[in-house]
Amino acid sequence: MPERMISCAVAICEALTEEMARDEAIFIIGEDLVAHGGIFGQFKGLPERFPGRVIDSPISESCIVGAGLGAALTGMRPLVDMHFADFVTCAMDEIVNQTAKIRYMFGGQVKVPLVIWAPDGAGLSAAAHHSQSLESWFIHAPGLKVVVPSEPADVKGLLKAAIRDDDPVIFFQHKKLFAREGPVPEGEHIVPLGKAAVKRPGGSVTILTYGSGFYMSMEAANELAGMGIEAEVIDLRTLKPLDFETIADSIKKTNRAVVVHEACLSGGFGAEVSARINSELFDYLDAPVLRVAAKDVPIPFSPRLENFVLPKVEDVIKAVRQVTYR
Amino acid sequence: MKSSVSTREMRRLYRTMVTIRKFETLAGELFAAGKIPGFIHLSIGQEASSVGVCSVLRPDDYIATTHRGHGHVIAKGGDLKKMIAELIGRKTGYCKGKGGSMHIADFSLGILGANGVVGGGFPIIIGAGLSIKLRHTDQVAVCFFGDGASNRGTFHEAMNMASIWKLPILFVCENNCYASTTPTSYACSVTNIAARAAGYNIPGVTVDGNDILAVREAAGQAVDRARRGEGPTLLENKTYRRRGHFEGDPQKYRTRAEVAEWEKNDPLLRFASVLKKKKLLTGEMEKEIQKQVDGELKDAVAFAEQSEWPNPEEALEDMFINP
Repeated sequence: MPERMISCAVAICEALTEEMARDEAIFIIGEDLVAHGGIFGQFKGLPERFPGRVIDSPISESCIVGAGLGAALTGMRPLVDMHFADFVTCAMDEIVNQTAKIRYMFGGQVKVPLVIWAPDGAGLSAAAHHSQSLESWFIHAPGLKVVVPSEPADVKGLLKAAIRDDDPVIFFQHKKLFAREGPVPEGEHIVPLGKAAVKRPGGSVTILTYGSGFYMSMEAANELAGMGIEAEVIDLRTLKPLDFETIADSIKKTNRAVVVHEACLSGGFGAEVSARINSELFDYLDAPVLRVAAKDVPIPFSPRLENFVLPKVEDVIKAVRQVTYR
Repeated sequence: MKSSVSTREMRRLYRTMVTIRKFETLAGELFAAGKIPGFIHLSIGQEASSVGVCSVLRPDDYIATTHRGHGHVIAKGGDLKKMIAELIGRKTGYCKGKGGSMHIADFSLGILGANGVVGGGFPIIIGAGLSIKLRHTDQVAVCFFGDGASNRGTFHEAMNMASIWKLPILFVCENNCYASTTPTSYACSVTNIAARAAGYNIPGVTVDGNDILAVREAAGQAVDRARRGEGPTLLENKTYRRRGHFEGDPQKYRTRAEVAEWEKNDPLLRFASVLKKKKLLTGEMEKEIQKQVDGELKDAVAFAEQSEWPNPEEALEDMFINP
């Protein structure tokens, strides 16, 4: 039987429908959810299916995240919709100082089953305040799990896993990928947090990527195959906890690594992965670890400017050729 | 009409106030003796507020407190042994030595935590209030905060949200005249912080925060209202921070005369005199209470000091439930 194809947007909705039907403690809170089904229509149908459990909030990001946190501390399992990932800045205290730390600073007294769902990413001419990829900030805040899925099946499976997890998860989902379709299993489909996936096997080089970088990397890998370079593409899916075992197994085989992400270069997740590879796998490396990332500027508006700033398939190809000396 | 308070309850209130006063005094001494690392913020002079409010709460009600939160924790039933052990950084403390004075919580008592961030409790209490509503219980959630926090954006977000959703929340502003070193008269656009409630269409009540019966009466009405599903109230308890912002604060921003003036308005002395007038407290009973509390605190200090320090590696524990 051919696998069913659905979009990332439908996958979110399906995951939430299944989880909310399973567990009454789950609710969604954020802006523009009820009448609009979420600002991207991502929660379409849920307000009608689960009346009172999809809650429209005023534009009060601190209290939206805090509402999720306080509810999580008192027996609920909320999903907070950040509207745009960029608006995390308005709730940084609640995310970083409170949510991430509460379990630890209170000596493990309490669990925090909270998902912060944050649509991120550029490519839509949404300019500097609606386009960022901010995942690395939260890698640097101990206490949070950080998930960045790419394909629809991972969106569904990881969202279900995140909702069932008793720790706080920040879940970044790329806006431009909402319409992207892929095969997604029906019903119970869980992708465990902290597990990367080898999505294209290859022996010449390891490409480590996630989110929108995954599609860029796959396209590059297909072109590179024409040059006789077989790239192994690993979709990290969860950045924290990081599945370094899968990374190491691949690099021990390929001896080369390129990290690809849409977030800007300096201080990005590529820096962390690269440092870890250098310190733990130095003897296996035949070339320096390279990073493909956006340029270090805010995301500009005009399509020509935006396109120039963002990493592209050609950049991945160039980096791979450099580390494979081809 | 004023609600009546039983003799037993009157004495219990007084005893809790004495416990807080003595606990805070002791904490100051332990700090001065170098036994408490870091810094601590004492609530001496504000006992009527914490005890008055918590006395109308049920064990399953929630509170969120502040960096000046020892009194609230004690008033909600906190364990003195675990508190002292936490203050001096021991393994047996409330948070196994990971929190310290500014991060004490006891989820079994509905204490959702003290907070090192001024105004950090508002968003959390909104979540607790929303959770109560979604779970259809008649619990109440109380957020303690100071005058300084009423200038944070989180205060205004929370007041609005609590109002539109009619959340069962009591916002308790302990206006103690100073936000750290800054006088309230300088930093607040209003004389009475309760006036800000009008902007959010909820009741705002200002009371003499050093009169425990006045605090209790106002808090009781607000809590009853919240339990009936009629929404939040902003209660402002006017009081005074007798100690510095932190222990060791040189307090260049105020005069000794000002502090002395407020010492005459001591909430404990005032309540003792009320009780004595009503013949509910004798000098002998007072001595007995002091003795009992001293004994409890002595035991707490002994427990804490005899407790083990945490192993350094324990710093890596309690991060995630599923690592």
